[in-house]
Amino acid sequence: MNVKTKKEKLIFYSIDNNNDNLKKIHIYEGGISAGFPSPAEDYLDIDLNLHKYLVKHPASTFFIIAKGHSMEKAGIGDEDLLVVDKSLEPKNNDIVIAAVNGEFTVKRYLNNNGKIFLKAETELNDYPDINITESIDFEIWGVVTHTIHNHR
Amino acid sequence: MGSSNSYHTQSQMIALADCNNFYASCERVFNPKLKNKPVIVLSNNDGCIIARSNEAKALRIKMGEPAFKIKNIIEQNNIYVFSTNFALYGDMSNRVMSILGDIVPSLEIYSIDEAFMDFTGISNYLELASRIKERVTKSTGIPISIGVAKTKTLAKIANHIAKKYSTNNVFVMTKNKEILKILKKFPVSKLWGVGNSHSRMLNSYGVKTAYDFITLDESWVQKKMTIMGLKMLRELKGDTCFSIDLYPQRKKSICTSRTFATDINDIALLEESIANHATRCAEKLRKEKSCAKYIGVILNTNPFGKLGNYYNGFKSIMLETSTNDSIEIIKASNKLLKSIYKKGYNYKRSGVILGDIIPENQVQLNLFNNSKNYSRRKALFKRVDFINQTMGQDKVKLLAQGISKRWKLKQENLSPCYTTRWNELLKVYC
Repeated sequence: MNVKTKKEKLIFYSIDNNNDNLKKIHIYEGGISAGFPSPAEDYLDIDLNLHKYLVKHPASTFFIIAKGHSMEKAGIGDEDLLVVDKSLEPKNNDIVIAAVNGEFTVKRYLNNNGKIFLKAETELNDYPDINITESIDFEIWGVVTHTIHNHR
Repeated sequence: MGSSNSYHTQSQMIALADCNNFYASCERVFNPKLKNKPVIVLSNNDGCIIARSNEAKALRIKMGEPAFKIKNIIEQNNIYVFSTNFALYGDMSNRVMSILGDIVPSLEIYSIDEAFMDFTGISNYLELASRIKERVTKSTGIPISIGVAKTKTLAKIANHIAKKYSTNNVFVMTKNKEILKILKKFPVSKLWGVGNSHSRMLNSYGVKTAYDFITLDESWVQKKMTIMGLKMLRELKGDTCFSIDLYPQRKKSICTSRTFATDINDIALLEESIANHATRCAEKLRKEKSCAKYIGVILNTNPFGKLGNYYNGFKSIMLETSTNDSIEIIKASNKLLKSIYKKGYNYKRSGVILGDIIPENQVQLNLFNNSKNYSRRKALFKRVDFINQTMGQDKVKLLAQGISKRWKLKQENLSPCYTTRWNELLKVYC
């Protein structure tokens, strides 16, 4: 039998990712039990933190604003917020921030056996693929992991 | 490694990670146009050069040189000039340090761009140092150099070599013979902790290189250069005198001072500037949970101004109770300002210094202090700090800080705070 002697709620404090302010989170509501532990105690109830969900590597993650329309079919609109992780190695088909001849751009990264293309994704025909040849000063700055789009 | 050539086996090993041309490198991360181009960063008020990219160094631009003196060189060589952007550099520094700390938990952050790491017991120093270097550079875009050696003083030298002569910016300096060879070429003036006066003194005795220095008699060195000089000498011989300090002490004093963009003679404006310096100092105290008892105020005219028109004012007091309350500190600072202010001078610089700093929880409240008031004010500034940290400096401020900006910094070439302000994020075209 599960004999509960005293119901107590413990309050824990956690440090917010961005500032040192203490934030109250309730993570234990099972009560102090003298008998068998409640099976629910393993499932602690923690506030969902969107920042932690989006930012896996805080030290290498940067927020960047996308400007323009060349990536609309990839789900990136003008003024969208991009979550960019510099520590990731780009894979074929990733969306990347690249520096091409001294300018940043957001494009789909295609690596076909070492032949690298940066591809726009739009209905418009104004954005030809960029073929990365020897003569182009090219560097992948980071990999776009999420796009935050405001619907209002 | 670990051969009979080593100083001692199985003893301490230290790595020093140092960011290359840190401020200039921070600017480069967010601006690909700057790649392979000369970049310089200017001190507060766009005065002197405090950081240079390698390309700027190659143009023989000197550290500390006033920018106006090299205006022609800047224009002729298309040098990119930036004002100091501490919000950006501070954030990039935190990123670098957090990556270093992830890989090597015993880390001593030595300055904004340097950290000592404990490598004791690591089997392959070169492999680990190279891995750390790659990871930091890949994750943050900041290039770093790592030097590994027995002691902090030797690690400083190893880092210097890593930066200047090693192709991959990593250098492990553990073999006895190799160390001696390097010390023979290393100028004593470049040793860690040897300032101008010591280096002149040593030179006058014919001590030119680090090797010359370690052959000196220990008691002579201690007499001439105090115990610090002796510790340095022993460290160069491979004996640990400075260990990794994981818990750096609280600051012993805090100072905020600024040179004005244009000279100021109006006391009301000076009061505003002092109130702002006092606020910055109080914020720093609260951030590190400390209180100060000593307050000093500085007021200078332009030292290069007209002859006979120079005045250097300074006054300090001890408060009854240590505090980190902005209001108390502003009150005291402005009292001091009034007592040193002289009419008729054009002032160039003002500053506030706090000292006698102790942890907040060791403060003994003065008998006459109203403790209820104390805790309310504490709660108030906790709120104020929270708002200002999240929404931007001085979003909430005291009226004493004023609304005029005349005493403010000249920052004509300030880059955006790419990483700390929503409205200044990097914009990329797609």
